Amino acid sequence: MSIMEYNGGSVIAMVGKDCVAIASDLRLGNQALGISSNFQKIFPVTDRIYLGLPGLATDVTTLRETFRYRVNMYTIKEEREIEPETFAHLVSSTLYERRFGPYFIEPVMAGLSKSATGGYKPFIAATDLIGCLNFAKDFVVAGTASSKLYGVAEGLWEPDLDADQLFETISQTIMNAVDRDAYSGWGVIVHVIEKDKVTSRTLKGRMD
Amino acid sequence: MNSIANRFTTTGPISELRKAQSHVEDDEFADSAWGSEAGFGSLAKGVPNFTVPSVPDPSAFLRLHTDDFADPNCRIKIQHGTTTLAFRFQGGVIVAVDSRATAGSYVASGTVKKVIEINPYLLGTMAGGAADCQYWETYLGIHCRLHELRNRERISVSAASKYLSNLVYSYKGMGLSMGTMICGWDKTGPAVFYVDSDGTRLKGDLFSVGSGSTFAYGVLDQGYRWDLTDEEAQELGRRSIYAAGHRDAFSGNTCNLYHVKEDGWKFIGNYDISKLHYDGPGETPGAGYGYDIRIERNAAAAAPIAVPS
Repeated sequence: MSIMEYNGGSVIAMVGKDCVAIASDLRLGNQALGISSNFQKIFPVTDRIYLGLPGLATDVTTLRETFRYRVNMYTIKEEREIEPETFAHLVSSTLYERRFGPYFIEPVMAGLSKSATGGYKPFIAATDLIGCLNFAKDFVVAGTASSKLYGVAEGLWEPDLDADQLFETISQTIMNAVDRDAYSGWGVIVHVIEKDKVTSRTLKGRMD
Repeated sequence: MNSIANRFTTTGPISELRKAQSHVEDDEFADSAWGSEAGFGSLAKGVPNFTVPSVPDPSAFLRLHTDDFADPNCRIKIQHGTTTLAFRFQGGVIVAVDSRATAGSYVASGTVKKVIEINPYLLGTMAGGAADCQYWETYLGIHCRLHELRNRERISVSAASKYLSNLVYSYKGMGLSMGTMICGWDKTGPAVFYVDSDGTRLKGDLFSVGSGSTFAYGVLDQGYRWDLTDEEAQELGRRSIYAAGHRDAFSGNTCNLYHVKEDGWKFIGNYDISKLHYDGPGETPGAGYGYDIRIERNAAAAAPIAVPS
């Protein structure tokens, strides 16, 4: 019995042209038994950063609160919103603090960071359960369906997709990947982050 | 050691048998002419022979290397997750199964045929080792036909299932893995027998086998009556497999439904479990079995109709 597969669930994030997308399934299970089809694993950190927490459900709740606390403290002390790069390092060091008794979570982040010229630059990152950062230029995956997500994403993703195309690509990727994973599925939620808005859609997925 | 000695000896019963077997192979066509014996071999040779690991205790060796609840990271992976059910009622036997095959958490296939059509009057279901079920139930089919030719009478479901259970019992401890229901119609009417690789053989009205069986039993038990109509019984089978496909991670994809009557079995249909969730067995959107879908439907039905003033 693997703790990482105890509750199931998967998250993926993708880069587009001036936008990023992050998606997850909605299943919460107790091993083979499905418990809930409305378990959120993706949380807004700021208006332009979303954090996905696939893994052990009890740690999803704990880490969500930990990050809310730490981001609020950062905002108060610095008197500004946290940037995605900084937040990624906050996630990394928070996880490494528990190096010898880790949280069973593999976080995935997606956001838009302010560039020097005043525009916004797409940002995605993922870490393992003890905080090793992975900054990718295309897409990052995590969770029980990660191997399947890699396969589909590798086939569907291409550079410079606009927001609508990116939504289509990430939706097709996660829907088809979770259908090949016994521990993920039971519905999908997709967030597309653009400079002035975030669009969240719940998709009708297979219910088996 | 004895076996090696036997292989080279020219006297004694073993060599006599070997001579007899080579004699059978000599006439007409050699087996090589057919490309393969397809595992069944020449029936003149009797029960098929399997090569067994050449170790002092083959069954202990196989136990060690075959997928088992004791050792999940075993080397020989066998399909485990499944939901199958069969029940007897006034109008015959209903057999319903899912179609998912998993290897670990990977959904290896969503279109597996878990009902084995042994002959026009007999069905077998598949849970546990896919190859074991498929092979031995096909083998059972051969012997059911031979019984017919010898006795000028169709084999009873009881006899067929006993043939299978005695056969798997002779391999006990060698790692066979099957949980099956032998269903059919004979002189005595509709019949269902549960047979598994431990050698258990049970006669009964209602069985469900596999990782999703608990979910299927839940729906089955509350809806089961002997005097169900054909349509009610088919709906109950379908609804039970849906429940298991929905809740159990290792069951799902589609439901295959069969109905056995006096004149043999009939394939009723293949139903997508996700479609059953949202739309039900018909073509009406929103008529599904899913909890949220049912609640929405009931709310819509209960909503007060606006009366124009």
